[in-house]
Amino acid sequence: MKLECRHLTKNFGEGEKETRIISDVSFEIKEGEFLCILGPSGCGKTTLLRIIAGLMEPTFGEVIFSGNKNSGPINSMVFQEHGVFPWMNVIDNVAFGLEMQGVPRKERYTQSLDFLKRVGLSKYAFRNPHELSVGMRQRIAIARAFVTNPAILLMDEPFGSLDAQTRLILQEELLKIWSEHKKTVIFVTHDIDEAILLGDRLLVMTSVPGRIKEIIAIGIDRPRDSRMESTPEFINMRLRIWNSIRSEVEKAMQEDTGDAEN
Amino acid sequence: MTLRTDRVYPLVLPLLSLMGLLLLWELCGRLGLLNPLFFPVPSLILLRFIAMLADGEIQANLTITLFRLFTGFLLGTIPGILIGLLMGASEKIRLLLDPIVAATYPIPKLAIFPLLMIIFGIGEFSKIMAIAIGCFFIVLINAMAGVKNINKVYFDVAKNYGASKGQLFTRVILPASLPMIFTGIRLALGMSLIVVVGVEFVSANYGIGAIIWNGWETFEIEKLYVGIFLCAILGILFTVVLKRVEMRITPWFGHLAYRDQE
Ligand SMILES: Nc1ncnc2c1ncn2[C@@H]1O[C@H](COP(=O)(O)OP(=O)(O)O)[C@@H](O)[C@H]1O
Ligand SMILES: [Mg+2]
Repeated sequence: MKLECRHLTKNFGEGEKETRIISDVSFEIKEGEFLCILGPSGCGKTTLLRIIAGLMEPTFGEVIFSGNKNSGPINSMVFQEHGVFPWMNVIDNVAFGLEMQGVPRKERYTQSLDFLKRVGLSKYAFRNPHELSVGMRQRIAIARAFVTNPAILLMDEPFGSLDAQTRLILQEELLKIWSEHKKTVIFVTHDIDEAILLGDRLLVMTSVPGRIKEIIAIGIDRPRDSRMESTPEFINMRLRIWNSIRSEVEKAMQEDTGDAEN
Repeated sequence: MTLRTDRVYPLVLPLLSLMGLLLLWELCGRLGLLNPLFFPVPSLILLRFIAMLADGEIQANLTITLFRLFTGFLLGTIPGILIGLLMGASEKIRLLLDPIVAATYPIPKLAIFPLLMIIFGIGEFSKIMAIAIGCFFIVLINAMAGVKNINKVYFDVAKNYGASKGQLFTRVILPASLPMIFTGIRLALGMSLIVVVGVEFVSANYGIGAIIWNGWETFEIEKLYVGIFLCAILGILFTVVLKRVEMRITPWFGHLAYRDQE
């Protein structure tokens, strides 16, 4: 499925306090493309994703989906604070989307177990989330999004709170699942290496109010894995992106009075 | 070995301090340091307790008190939880009902008991209603707070996966507010005990409150103490049993992994 954002703009607050958080964001994403979004903290990345997910109305602009739709929902989102329900066991969490669609229990368990295997959690299917680590809970959230078979997958810094090793493993796992399912993915991150490793293209945002600074084609051959991080191609790309984002991060830090954190 | 002492200590140490206190009391009494008119020694109270048990006085009075307490508790708690959840979930219902709750909640429940007797007569129903009203407000306020404190990300997840209003209520709102509902239930049980004894002072021939009041009127000091001890034992039992149930039903609550999210 194809997605087009046209002139997306979002203001928060009313009257005197009204502030623009994202401003005139327009881009297109092709079917099966992996688009990363990089921007300083507080520039409106989560807000942009929530608008695309339909959880929030833009002040101006529109989001247009087109192309052939499969059986699943249009989008599923993996939230920054994962949002795994502590009152359901692991498999019921993964099966949540299917349950909402009315898929019978047996079938949704079969499908969910399949994805739990993929993220290495099948052993924990009937455990409770609070017994697992943060990384494991993040994987539950990812499995929950994938299992609904959405046309577009929205991921909001899903690995942001993980340690470096776990993050590497999950990044590679995500690439593997993605290459098999060829989903359209929008992936928000604040990690340059992550963006290069995962993305086909990278959308760099300015500091608040977030606008599109530039869109960079990553152009590194797939399949990719973390060992590529020391290749000249990768290092050049990292430098190229850092030059682009650096001034924005500095601006964000100057503006930051402490409330721009996430 | 360590596991065993870990389990045994929490049971043994509190008992030890209680036993110690009773022993000290007994000793002081026997040494003539306490006025037996006000502070009969525990062994005498125990003897009286056994005598009252033997002629069925305890059983009869306990049964009627527990009957009033639990009927009132259920009659107040069930609608209290439902209305509290609705008020938490719907802004409109909250705006509509909040003034009534705010105005009536602070009235001491015993203060309206005479009015209840005028309306419902001096039989069982007025007593039960007094207890029910006391429970109703406590659980209502806690259930409402429970819903309002739900992490917003859970609503985002539910909406993103297409939950209907009914599904949102049964799969998210209700389970997410269970910890606060339990807090309400715990406070309501304590309240029921206070109110049941209070109304039995004034208008009952049977019940724990009646035992105590009767002990005062006839100046049978041991009998009075038997009543007080019964109340204490009930209070402790309620707390212990409820804690167990709570740990079973909301095992994630207070858990480190979810502390910052709840
Ligand atoms: N519902 C909201 N109401 C008011 N302000 C909001 C709301 N959501 C986000 N904001 C503000 O918008 C800004 C950008 O937030 P966010 O999109 O979360 O940034 P990012 O994900 O890039 O860190 C922040 O300053 C935040 O306080
Ligand atoms: Mg964010």
